[in-house]
Amino acid sequence: MFDDFFIRALIAGLGIALVTGPLGCFVIWRRLSFFAGTLAHSSLLGVTLAFSFDINISFSVLLISSAVALILLRLQKATKLPSDALLGLLAHSSLAIGLVVIGYLSYIRFDIMGLLFGDILAVNKRDLLVIWVGGAIILLILKIIWKPLFASTVNYELAEAEGMKPEKINAIFTILMAAVIAISIKMVGILLITGMLIIPAAMARNFANNPQQMIILSIVGGILAVIIGLYSSLQFNSASGPSIITAALVLFILSIFNIKKLKHLKK
Amino acid sequence: MTLNNDVLVRLENTGVIRNNRWLVKGVSLEVKKEKIVTLIGPNGSGKSTTAKIALGIYKDIEGKVKKFTDKIGYVPQKISIDWTLPIRVSDFMTLTMDLKEDEINDSLELTGVKHLKDNDLRNLSGGEFQRVLIARAISKKPDLLVLDEPVQGVDFKGELSLYELIKKISDELGCGILLISHDLHVVMSATDYVVCLNGHVCCSGTPQSVVNDSKYKELFGDRASTILSVYEHDHDHTHSPDGTIENKK
Repeated sequence: MFDDFFIRALIAGLGIALVTGPLGCFVIWRRLSFFAGTLAHSSLLGVTLAFSFDINISFSVLLISSAVALILLRLQKATKLPSDALLGLLAHSSLAIGLVVIGYLSYIRFDIMGLLFGDILAVNKRDLLVIWVGGAIILLILKIIWKPLFASTVNYELAEAEGMKPEKINAIFTILMAAVIAISIKMVGILLITGMLIIPAAMARNFANNPQQMIILSIVGGILAVIIGLYSSLQFNSASGPSIITAALVLFILSIFNIKKLKHLKK
Repeated sequence: MTLNNDVLVRLENTGVIRNNRWLVKGVSLEVKKEKIVTLIGPNGSGKSTTAKIALGIYKDIEGKVKKFTDKIGYVPQKISIDWTLPIRVSDFMTLTMDLKEDEINDSLELTGVKHLKDNDLRNLSGGEFQRVLIARAISKKPDLLVLDEPVQGVDFKGELSLYELIKKISDELGCGILLISHDLHVVMSATDYVVCLNGHVCCSGTPQSVVNDSKYKELFGDRASTILSVYEHDHDHTHSPDGTIENKK
């Protein structure tokens, strides 16, 4: 069954949607979309390192993204520049370094488009294993830290005062973010993974009236986006990552219309 | 200060510097079981900062803080809930602890907002939100309650009954309370110990001794010291929360 590249892509995409759904909600709640984008940009550097030293791509991306997150924390303490400027600085300088390194790796034929926007053909059985095992671990950790993570999302000081240890929890959450990017870049691509995190969650916000509901709807939205996106990428021969994100956008737009209708009915 | 098993939190000469400025300096106090300690002082005098020092929210501080309990309920001065976060009152109640359905109901009932249980937190009025905050803080029966202007925005009638509730909780649970309040009437009548702040500890002690302190008069004006005498007139009756007279002797 896993021999068909399309089935592999579908299973990989569903695995990713299961993880990006809940994490995406936290990205929106904590206003971290630019942060997620920065981690994703830096993952190109991780990919080039993987090729340079012949190590697993997901592992080196996780390493580099976590390092970038740590550097960000240090920079925030060292300068008075606003966070968005620091994030932009880190995102584009790490992307640039990644591209410079690629230039020196001329002996390897790089599929830059595939790296940036994802490639269904590239997903092999080993990637499936990484996505599903990695995804399961991420979800398990998320479940364990759910209460303190949610509490510190609602109010950091309240969480701190009542013994939820938000500083530690935030660090764990940052690593989870790096991890979800690490397992999904091959499929969705460096430039589009943030969309996979944010758009289904944004759609879910339009319907949900409690946090759990928003997470479930976000997962459902992600799954629908993967299915619709992959089938249309097969149909129209479009790149997989962009097709999935476009499908998610369509769902989001539909959700806005739906909200307007509901409000109209209430009046 | 003596060593005492009943002490819940103790601040020893604590202070916080931020951006080369002391937010508050040289504060020592302790909150014991069944006692209400109140912080008073003008705006910007370091009341909330002191409460946050006691709670361990500020990490790098001068002096020492010792907490003798982990069961703490906190009502912060303000909380803003982001639009992106859909959250009902019932979700908020279980924010830092697991509660049974009737524990949630009981606490909300006590503060008079049980009917709002399924409402979105952002749709509450200021006073309703305060009531939910108090309900949440008391729901897990904490050892130490830290209340930062807990009744702000609450209507007059509600204000009195909430203060009565706070007093009742302190008596029933035997918990200690660190209260920040601008309501000098309440402070002076229901508090065991008053700390008057103005960037540092101006004066502290029992309500009687503080009211008669010259520094207190400087800070709040002469009229403030008449509060105690006004309040301590002989009651031959009691009032219910809405002001009607009950139990006339």
